[in-house]
Amino acid sequence: MDLLADVLAWFIDPDNWQGSTGIPNRTLEHMRLSAMATAVAAAVAVPSGVLLGHSGRGGLIAVSVVNIGRAIPSFAIIALALPFSIRAGLGIGFWPTFLALVLLALPPIFTNSFTAVRSVGAEVVEAARGMGMREREVLLGIELPLGGPLILTGIRVAAVQVVATATLGALVGWGGLGRYIIDGFSVQDNVRVFAGALLVAALAILTDVAFGVTERILFAAGGLRGHRPPARMERPA
Amino acid sequence: MPQRTFLATEPLIRWGWIWDHLDEIRTQTVEHFILTGIAVGIGFAIAMGLSIVALRFRRTYGPVTWVTGVLYTIPSLALFAFLVPYTGLSTLTAEIGLVSYTLLILVRNIVAGIDGVSPAVREAAVGMGYSRARLFVEIELPLALPVIVAGLRIATVTVVGLVTVTSIIGQGGLGLFILDGLRRDFYTPLIVGSVLSVALAVVIDVTLAGLERLLSPWSRARTVS
Amino acid sequence: MEMSAGQVTALVGPSGCGKTTILKMINRIIEPTSGRIEVGGRDIQGMDPHALRRGIGYVIQQVGLFPHRTVAENIATVPKLLGWDRRRTRKRVDELVEMVGLESEMYDRYPAELSGGQQQRVGVARALAADPPVLLMDEPFAAVDPIVRVRLQEELRSLQAQLQKTIVFVTHDIDEAIKLGDQVAILDVGGALRQYASPEEVLREPANAFVEEFLGQERGLRRLSLIAVRDVSLEDGPTVSSDAGSAEAKEVMAREGVNWVAIVRDGKLQGWVWESELEPGRKMGDLAGRPFLVRVTADNTLREALDAIVTSHNQVAVVYDGERYAGMLTLNRISENLVP
Repeated sequence: MDLLADVLAWFIDPDNWQGSTGIPNRTLEHMRLSAMATAVAAAVAVPSGVLLGHSGRGGLIAVSVVNIGRAIPSFAIIALALPFSIRAGLGIGFWPTFLALVLLALPPIFTNSFTAVRSVGAEVVEAARGMGMREREVLLGIELPLGGPLILTGIRVAAVQVVATATLGALVGWGGLGRYIIDGFSVQDNVRVFAGALLVAALAILTDVAFGVTERILFAAGGLRGHRPPARMERPA
Repeated sequence: MPQRTFLATEPLIRWGWIWDHLDEIRTQTVEHFILTGIAVGIGFAIAMGLSIVALRFRRTYGPVTWVTGVLYTIPSLALFAFLVPYTGLSTLTAEIGLVSYTLLILVRNIVAGIDGVSPAVREAAVGMGYSRARLFVEIELPLALPVIVAGLRIATVTVVGLVTVTSIIGQGGLGLFILDGLRRDFYTPLIVGSVLSVALAVVIDVTLAGLERLLSPWSRARTVS
Repeated sequence: MEMSAGQVTALVGPSGCGKTTILKMINRIIEPTSGRIEVGGRDIQGMDPHALRRGIGYVIQQVGLFPHRTVAENIATVPKLLGWDRRRTRKRVDELVEMVGLESEMYDRYPAELSGGQQQRVGVARALAADPPVLLMDEPFAAVDPIVRVRLQEELRSLQAQLQKTIVFVTHDIDEAIKLGDQVAILDVGGALRQYASPEEVLREPANAFVEEFLGQERGLRRLSLIAVRDVSLEDGPTVSSDAGSAEAKEVMAREGVNWVAIVRDGKLQGWVWESELEPGRKMGDLAGRPFLVRVTADNTLREALDAIVTSHNQVAVVYDGERYAGMLTLNRISENLVP
């Protein structure tokens, strides 16, 4: 139990709450990059998934994207992003991590958006068309609200994964909470490693919970009520 | 922060390095496979036990998925980090972490697979005098096989990816090349490790899919009328 | 309530009457809260449920074939549970496949490759595999289309004539209950037994208003389906021999009050002619008669005979005994059997 006492002491130590390597700054860094990467991925993947799903084509693409996305280890994505970032003159640290995280977040969001629109009952869409709705109205008025929960689930899965994988950014020279773990390993400081792990785990779980609450508020009974197929399983980092 | 000296001029692949390191590449690929196999094997055994409990006592299903869900959400590096102070930079640490990532996927799929068995089939079997254990082994498990194997495939591919991370806590496998590449500012091992890890995942996935086809010829039977 | 060995007892009633529950209590899939059930004089509460079930055939509406086992393996389920050796099992499967009218090429097919009717045949074969004295059938034909249903009902009837099993048959279809049951138990919502009697008795004397309402408007027609043509006496009808002349034919028509006559040659029907087609001076056998289009035999029911009557020009059902003419049935004769 010495370790836990030391970890507690580490958290109490005011030195660890100050400056660029302090907990607030590291946490903020971690959150900011994760949010940016998820947002950029969503901005790309939601429209493309929804449009493809609406058109009824591209089922094979959706399946392939998710399978390939799952087979490439997130560690490999981060590592591979490094040489390309350097070659593109973007350097180390922020850019390779950011690029890797965007790439990582694309498959689950894309596939869920595609599936969300696809899984809206054919009879509902047909009824909407039968009443004279235009394609745009079918998409915005019927398919999006009904598919909303599943799309959000995709973003949720991606965000949790991004938060987790951002930890590995410390290996390519970026900051964030992963620094405590990676640096702790290299100087064999178990206290720092453990504290960092606690922070990262807490942030990942909080992200998941925050999305769960958002989902419940947005799609609670009476509001935009959508069907909720089970969340897609994605690889953690 | 260690200073990075990656050069924009460094070629992505130096074939000579690969040629010189064929033996080590083979050794680490096998090591990667073994680490994966142990994790999925133990994970499957534990998941089967948890699923049987959850199926027998329905109320435990919620708590079981909640706990395995939290384990699944914790980032792998953090999970390894939690264990290092207790079990050290060891294979045990790696396997505990890897196993805990398989549980949620496997339990969900086993339970869903068994639940998916048609009530009529179950009723007919009970009506003909099947005991509970025999019903499970001879009827429910074989019928749930496609869904269980689907879970096994996702779990295995996930673990193949996560094994790369265990290099950070001093384990072997293909992640060693990735880490080595990052540490020595050298693209070739980094790419070799990544590509082989993807290839290993794909090969295992395809093998499992083929095995499933072989074991459940009935699920391909065409439907008439 | 007692169900006789070797007979079909049909449990019929609206949904919620507990007919399926009664059935499932017999093989202890559902345990009764009170009361006793005996099979063959033994209280089933004292028996091992698995052993009990292996001795009772069970057929359900959704069939419940094992999708991962072939037709032959499905049929061999109970023999395997009972530990029969391979050769004995194989022989039994062969017999059953033949008995229920499946082709032997279906042995190695999977259930998904069979039609609904074929699946239910396999279901029946599987239930009969270990030759159980008792067979429980829970709406076995409800999920197949009407044409196949009629065929399966006929097959079950002829199978039962050979096998003499004790069958408990649950259905919501009163016609099916009447057709297949030696005894019919009519149940009301909540499990109240409203009448338990032979189909004839149920139709002739409904015990109460519920039974009467359940039988519906077509009680008389339903009763007709229980009486075979062989059970009623036939009329000779307006017939003349092929040697007769037209005067004799006119006499017969006048006597019978019809404007047509059938011509009989050596015990076989040659055909029939309208009164206006008679040709004086020629023998009846020389006329080109029209054939009777609808044939009825002694095995048909009066309901089928009635159908023949209303679809023929002559308003009679012509009954054949093989190729020979046996007689005619008229509407009057049929209604005599309904209103004694």
